[in-house]
Amino acid sequence: MSELLQFLLSGVTVGAVYALVALGFTIIYNASDVVNFAQGEFVMLGGMITVMAYTAGAPLPLAALVAIVATAALGVAMNKLAIEPARGAPVVSLVIITIGVSIFIRGVAQLVFGKQIHTFPAFSGDDPLHILGATILPQSLWVIGGAVAVFVGLWAFFTRTLLGRAVLATSNNRLAAQLVGINTPFVMTLSFALSAGIGALAGVLVTPITMTSYDVGLAFALKGFAAAMLGGMGNPKGALVGGFLLGVLEGLTAGYISSQYKDAAAFIVILGVLFFLPQGLFGRKSTDRV
Amino acid sequence: MTLLSIEGLGISFGGLKAVNDVSFTVKPGEIVSVIGPNGAGKTTLFNMISGVYQPGSGKVVLNGEDVTAMSPHLLARRGMCRTFQNLQVFQSMTVLENTIAGYHLQESGHVLSDLLNLPSSRRRARQAEAGARELLKRVGLERAAEREAGSLSYGSLKRLEIARAMALKPKVLLLDEPAAGCNAVETEEIDHLIAEIAASGVAILLVEHDMKMVMRISNHIVVLDHGEKIAEGDPASVSRNPAVIAAYLGAENAAG
Amino acid sequence: MRLTPKSATLLALVVLIALAPIFFPSGFYYRVGALIFVNALAVTGIVILTGWAGQISLGHAGFAGIGAYACALAPVHWGIHPALAVLLGAAISAVLAWLVGRPILRLKGYYLGVASLGMGILISMVLNNERELTRGPDGIDVADLGLRGLLKGAGLDLSNGQFWYFFCGLVLILGAWLALNLRDSATGRALRALHGSEVAAKTVGMDVTKLKLQAFVISAVYASISGSLLALQNKFITPDVAGFMHSVEMVTMAVLGGVSSVAGAIFGAAVLTLLPQVLTVFAEYEQLVLGAVMVLVMIFLREGVVPSIQRKIRGRGE
Repeated sequence: MSELLQFLLSGVTVGAVYALVALGFTIIYNASDVVNFAQGEFVMLGGMITVMAYTAGAPLPLAALVAIVATAALGVAMNKLAIEPARGAPVVSLVIITIGVSIFIRGVAQLVFGKQIHTFPAFSGDDPLHILGATILPQSLWVIGGAVAVFVGLWAFFTRTLLGRAVLATSNNRLAAQLVGINTPFVMTLSFALSAGIGALAGVLVTPITMTSYDVGLAFALKGFAAAMLGGMGNPKGALVGGFLLGVLEGLTAGYISSQYKDAAAFIVILGVLFFLPQGLFGRKSTDRV
Repeated sequence: MTLLSIEGLGISFGGLKAVNDVSFTVKPGEIVSVIGPNGAGKTTLFNMISGVYQPGSGKVVLNGEDVTAMSPHLLARRGMCRTFQNLQVFQSMTVLENTIAGYHLQESGHVLSDLLNLPSSRRRARQAEAGARELLKRVGLERAAEREAGSLSYGSLKRLEIARAMALKPKVLLLDEPAAGCNAVETEEIDHLIAEIAASGVAILLVEHDMKMVMRISNHIVVLDHGEKIAEGDPASVSRNPAVIAAYLGAENAAG
Repeated sequence: MRLTPKSATLLALVVLIALAPIFFPSGFYYRVGALIFVNALAVTGIVILTGWAGQISLGHAGFAGIGAYACALAPVHWGIHPALAVLLGAAISAVLAWLVGRPILRLKGYYLGVASLGMGILISMVLNNERELTRGPDGIDVADLGLRGLLKGAGLDLSNGQFWYFFCGLVLILGAWLALNLRDSATGRALRALHGSEVAAKTVGMDVTKLKLQAFVISAVYASISGSLLALQNKFITPDVAGFMHSVEMVTMAVLGGVSSVAGAIFGAAVLTLLPQVLTVFAEYEQLVLGAVMVLVMIFLREGVVPSIQRKIRGRGE
């Protein structure tokens, strides 16, 4: 029983990260119909830049803040330099571009940070807490709490603030939003900044547990994407549920089947969703107007 | 002898009934036009009949067979073809290649012989090309055959779509606003073309805004307003029908 | 005799392959050439799938992995000749492509990209993890094809490099010929049509799902044979052949050269295969350069290098 709980807890922890990555995918997808494969690199950068700033002497909270802001800025740059110039290109081209950006970021990270593993101290120490016979790291609570806080905050932003509602309107119908005076290029910039910042935050929170290196981004991107697909691409609620569900699935796979193949869980989920439930748990089937 | 029968077709989009219980029939060689003010549901109706949308209710019966919600490519095999209001031309292919595409059903299904460029493949290709050139002559586009489709004028592209549709030797042809955006000369050319096609025995279902054209060429008119059929009959009686007049004037009043 | 574009491309290819060895400073270049041909073969498959049918596959290296490991494992475990193993690998790849593609290709959008990505990574994972069978990341030896020995017996004595250069070149010419036949045929036209407007393609009777599936299966076979040739010429293979980076390289080569042009495929494969050979420091920068190439080509030279040059030479219209 406590074994099951252990697997569940570790699954929920990693699931929180997947939920955040999935949320990042969702925001950009809603704003621009683009699936941003570079999302995982934002997670990597969140952790990496924090490491850099921290080892340069900055206190941890400041280092984390710097990382999040820097990554958000990078997200904005990505939109300006790579996505916007290709406006109106077919989906295939945009997919190739985001993959290209993610590989480029990874290549630069390899040169700047090297291939070794980096980490920084956990926020509230390393002594595990004991719950019902299972152990959980304090950092895990930070991760889960952080994810929930982000979701609640964004929900409030999108439903309670004018700017948030403008973003929603743009994602619903870009032309109509422009016609009512919403600054759609700004909304795109904001979406990329938010998405990158959220990814970076996820990276900051989880690095003390999983550590980071230049190539962790790909796995996060793929799993976050699987989570978003599971929940229904474009649905924030789906991102949250999909992320936690995928994390738990992975934890259970690692525990009961094989830790070597735990990563396979995400890809089997992707294939399963596409075969049986293409719109995901909360997605809607769309019709094309002709 | 009815070729196409529309029975009680209806569809809702998120609670809004876009089309509600529409029924009518089309006979071979007959030209039936569907008219109505903007937003009446004409294109939605078309999309349901041609398999692009799945109807919420009702039936489409072609030649006695229930073809409701069948995918467009299956409908094509059964002799139904359509053109598009906002033009779905293969932009990067030539005019000739666009028309040859209409020969797909007759030409295709043989991937292996295509890979190996077998004589049977080449023979079918030659036949398709000859047929396509004939069709282009019929719609007056034979001189544009080698040009990239994207470079043609709007009116010419409308005729190209008709040529492509005719390549299927359809029994029923659905024309979605064939004269939209065309000038007077182009409209007349399309007019003649449609009449000629109908004279060869093809049943034609038409959605159109150009009232003069509709009145001129239709055998039978169906009037939609707010997704429902409010009148049908020959051009003379429909043009005198008070409900029809009210629908059009009402739309004008609301806009004005 | 007027040369059709197809004949011109094939003729140019034959001439290039036949004459290039005159300029080789050393035997090493035969190996580079063979590698270019192997890559070009896989990329030709990508042209069929992505350039003509408009579908993206992000896990195509998975099929290369199947082809490669079929040649490594089948002769050892089932005693079949490596040449038959190539066909076996191709058959398995075709079936897998059909199984994965059939439910996915009914959907609209980028779903095949995602499904293929998942598939490719799963294949790569299995190849890496099942050490008793595949020797894992360390790689596995591959039996000799035996063709070179046969030729030697018949009096034609080629070095290993020479044999594989001409053999892979021959296979590439065959692959290019088949692809070009396809392009000019009814099926090829149908693929281009569905890429242009799926709705219109359906309206003229094209079974869009079946066409996409055909393109996917054919391109999988190309990738599989490419993987087999790679394994056979090196007599050794590692799971990297099925890895995500290899899939990305294949797509980048296609995109660079011109994703809808067979000549472009060969060009892109040549450039991106030669680059690491020419810049020995490239290994460090490979990801950076690949990523930059993908982005820049998609933004500035969307059709790819070869079609853009062809367009410039021909001028506007005919």
